[in-house]
Parts: sequence; structure tokens; C-alpha cells
Amino acid sequence: MILSRLLRRLPMLLAVVVTAATLNFALPKLAPKNPVETKLLEMAEQGGSLTDISGLIRSYEERFGLDQPVIVQYFSYLKGLATFDLGYSLAFYPTRVADLILKALPWTIGLLLTSTLIAFVIGLLFGALIAWNRAPRLARVIAPGVMALAALPYYLLGLALTYVFAFIWQIFPLGGGYSLMALPSWSWAFALDVFYHSLLPALSIVLASIGTWALTTRGLMVTVQGEDYMVYAEANGLSERRRFLHYGLRNVMLPQVTALALHLGHIAAGAVLVERVFNYPGVGMLLFRAIEQSDYFVIYGVVYIVVLMIAIAMLIVDLIYPLLDPRIRAEARQ
Amino acid sequence: MIALLRYLIGNARLAGGLLLLGGLIAFSAIGLVVYDTELAYPLSAPIAREPSAAHPFGTDASGRDLLAVMIAGTLLTMKVGLIAGALGVGIGAVLGFVAATYGGWVDRIISGTVDVLLTVPGLLVLIVLASSIPGDLDTTDMALVIAALAWREPARQIRAQALVLREANYIRMSRLSGAGNLSVIFADMMPNLLPYLGASLVAAVSGAVLSSVGLEALGLGSRSEPTLGMTIYWMMLEGAFIRGLWWWVLEPIVVLVVLFVGLYLLSSGLDEFANPRLRTAS
Repeated sequence: MILSRLLRRLPMLLAVVVTAATLNFALPKLAPKNPVETKLLEMAEQGGSLTDISGLIRSYEERFGLDQPVIVQYFSYLKGLATFDLGYSLAFYPTRVADLILKALPWTIGLLLTSTLIAFVIGLLFGALIAWNRAPRLARVIAPGVMALAALPYYLLGLALTYVFAFIWQIFPLGGGYSLMALPSWSWAFALDVFYHSLLPALSIVLASIGTWALTTRGLMVTVQGEDYMVYAEANGLSERRRFLHYGLRNVMLPQVTALALHLGHIAAGAVLVERVFNYPGVGMLLFRAIEQSDYFVIYGVVYIVVLMIAIAMLIVDLIYPLLDPRIRAEARQ
Repeated sequence: MIALLRYLIGNARLAGGLLLLGGLIAFSAIGLVVYDTELAYPLSAPIAREPSAAHPFGTDASGRDLLAVMIAGTLLTMKVGLIAGALGVGIGAVLGFVAATYGGWVDRIISGTVDVLLTVPGLLVLIVLASSIPGDLDTTDMALVIAALAWREPARQIRAQALVLREANYIRMSRLSGAGNLSVIFADMMPNLLPYLGASLVAAVSGAVLSSVGLEALGLGSRSEPTLGMTIYWMMLEGAFIRGLWWWVLEPIVVLVVLFVGLYLLSSGLDEFANPRLRTAS
């Protein structure tokens, strides 16, 4: 069953990844002046002080087979991407783009995975609660404020939180992944330091996305409450807690899991800017530095990898969906 | 007029959105008349001064007067949003209507493309696009860059609405009377979807403002124009936090919060107006 779902989803995943790769390939070529070549020329003119430019240019020409027809170039580019050959960084020449990304990726995944899951769970519970007939008064009072936070991009909230908690009150660091003095190691002290530094960036993502989830969940919960099975559950004398969690929330969760998959791109793009605000050492910061230095291969590499990760994450969400929805399992068994 | 007011009282979001955005527009329009916005450019004021009588909002580390920056920046950012949003809805409406009325392989190509492009994270593609264009992007270029992807949501939503309309009796009637596809789109569907198109324009403008400020905060905007996003970029780049220049941090945040919350309220308020089915849900 999982296999058939996988097969059904695979073409879409491929289409998305190939589209991203094609854009990376085509956009610099369509630009009036090829930005990569311009940058390379610029570096060659600055000459000596920099690293081995001629080696870089040779590897660039080889990689893209610039003497070949465009269509051949395109397919060799795709082949390179398929084997994660993302080329070299222009700014730090002998360093491979793939290595730079590999070093930054754990930071981003750690930050995004935890904050997205926390926001999703809290948002769902909160949204369902304010739609529930006998909601606590406190939930109703803070609801409009939480919803308004949904209008703000993560980084803006991040800036505001930095202003209050790191600038005025100074209880959190202004930024970074860990203290300047700390040496990365597998120790409790370092783990604690990393956790402490991740709190504000995570909080800005959580606060800004709770509202989005709460808003949609509230709408869904209102509909679910009108269903016959809710009336039946109440007539059977089931406890309010059971009706809320097992009858209401359970049914609201399904469409929201689909929405989560569709939202991943949004979340990842938002996180890029959050990392910039907090100088967080993930792929967002890598991307920002690359933009500052016109390091095109890093820009293209990061964008390609992030698109790939999102596509894979969407696939995973899609594959665990049957585990949440017994109807799909039953259908598959017949 | 009274009916309008009564409706606004019932639709608090719409009222709130109009109030916030109206306030912001009034601030920049009045500012444009009574304040010298030439001061929004570097070296036109003393450097890094706290708010004072001469410079009510203070100045930044490059000698821009921040009140002038907020006035000019709000207008520039709104301009980018309006151009990109209008182009997005325009292109999206054409594609959506064409896909829905022609159907068949035309529809399959259009909605297939939209589906794939909607899955690709927009801001990241825009980053590739904006960074591939050599030289400085002025605000008009920025609007065009954003419009390159701004048509995706409008195209999908308008297609869905037009598909519903296609089955309406009066559309069938006009088909039976021999109306062609174009006539059905312009004479029958468009007028009925006007409120909906309005709502999706506001949503598109809101999305475009979001993208443009995001791109600019990453340094991909115009280095010679004082937009709100570039103000955030300069502020972070030159370490306003570490240097203790609180006004430089606070002002763009406040203006952007008002702008984003205003656009969000207006957009969801208009949605409720254009899509009465939503009213029962809230």
C-alpha cells in the first residue's frame, strides 16, 4: 500500500525537483550578462591575491561543458545534481558547495523540525479549543492576538523578540548558534549553550505559525462540531474530554496534516530570514553570505537542496498519512 | 454610506484593516507634503543621532533621516506590492479563466504547471532570480521579479471559481445562445467574480509586499532607494543592535507590523465579503 502511494507521488516530486534544477540552470543563462562568468572575470582581474582562479575557471568550463550544445550542458548539469555534485564555492574556492551545505544543514533541520512540530501541535489544540462550545475564557481573550501574529513574517517577530529579550532585557543572546567562547563538542555544557541560543529563533517561528494553524483549525472544528457523530457521541454520554480529543481533534487533524505538507516550503523560506536575523549558522545564513559575496554556486546549491528536502519531507508526510487515517488503510486492504 | 458603516461594524476585520492601512497611507501622504523626503538618502543628516526636534525619528549610521525613510519607504514598498500584485492577478485571471473555459489539454497544462510551481518555495526561486540579474534592482525591477511568481495562487483560485460558475444556468444559457469562450469570460464570468477578483488582488498585494521585504532584507533590493526592506537590511548589516541605536531597530519594525497586520486584516475581511460562505464559519 505504501509502495503504491509512493509510486503515485513520485512523478510530482520529480517534477518539482527538476523544475528547481532547471530554473537554476536556465536563469543565469537568460540574464543579459551571465552572472557566473561576470563574477569569475572579476575575480580573475583581481588576480594574484586570490586562490587558484584558473583552476576554478577550468572546473567551471569542464563542469558545464561550455563548448557543448546547450541541451548536452543541461543533461550533464542534471546528472551532476543527481550525484550531489554542486560544484565549488566561488568565495572559498577549494571548498565544495556540498560540504558547506552539509555543515549547515543540521542546524536548520534541528531548528525547523522542533519549532514546526511544536507550533503545529499547539496551534491545532488552541484552534480546536476556541471553536469548542465551552472554551476556557482565557483562550477566547488571547485568540485575536494570536491570530494577528499569523500576519507577521517570522523574521519580523524575530527582530521584535530580539529587541525586547536580547536588547532591552538582555536575558537572551543577540544571535549565533553558540557562544563565541564555546568550542563545539559533545558535552552537556555545549548542548545547553546551543539550546539556549536556539530559543529565541525557535520562539519566533513557533509564535508566528501558531496563529496560522489555529485559524484554519478553528474553521475545521466548527464544521466537525455540526456532524451527526458528535451529537451521537454526546447522546451516548461520552465525556467532554473524549469528545474533544477523539472525535473532534482526531477528525480535524487529517486535513491539517495535508496542509502541513503544503506549508513546508513557506516555513523553510521563512526560516532563511530568521537565521539571518539571529546569525544562526544554518543554510539560511549560508545563503545570505553567498548572496553578499555573489557566490552563485552556493546560492544555486542551497536553493536546490532546500527544494529537494521539502519535496522529500512532503513525501514522508504523505506516506505516514495512512497511519493517521484508518479509512485509507481499510480501503487498501480490500 | 450608513449601510457601509453598518457593514463595517459587522465585519471587524475589514474595518480594522482599512483603519491601519488608511492610517499608514495618511502618514506617508501627509509626510510627503510637509516633510523633506530628500533626507531619506545617505549623508543628508548627521550620523546615528537619537530622535530630536530636528530629526523626529532620529538618523541612521549612514546619515539618512529616518522619518523621511519611513515616509518614502512606505510608499515605495506599497508601490512594489501594487505593481506585482496587479500583474499577478492579471496574469493569474487570464490563465485561470482560460483553463476553466477551454478545459481539456489547455487546462491540464495550465493547472499542472501551477501545481508544480506552487510546491516550489517561492521566495527561494525569487532569490535565484533576483541574484541572477546583474546590477542594482530598482523598485520597478523588484516588482517585475516578484510578479514572475505572483500569478500562481490567483490562477489556481480563479480557475476553481470559474469552474463552479461554468455550470451555472445563466452561463449555459449564454452558451446555448451561441456565445463564444471569450464572450463568456468577459461578459458573464468577470462581472460576477469582481468582488472575488478584488479580494484576490488584496491577497496578491499582501503576498508581494511580504516577498519584496523578505528579498530586500536579504540584500537583494535596491541599494539606492530607501524601501522598508532595505532599511531592515542596513539596520542588521551595520549592527544597530550592538551599537545601541534602538530607534533604527524599532521604527521599521513598527511600520512593517502595521503594514502586514493591516494587509492581513483587509485581506481576510474582503474574503469574508466576497465569499459569504465563510461567514457561517466564524
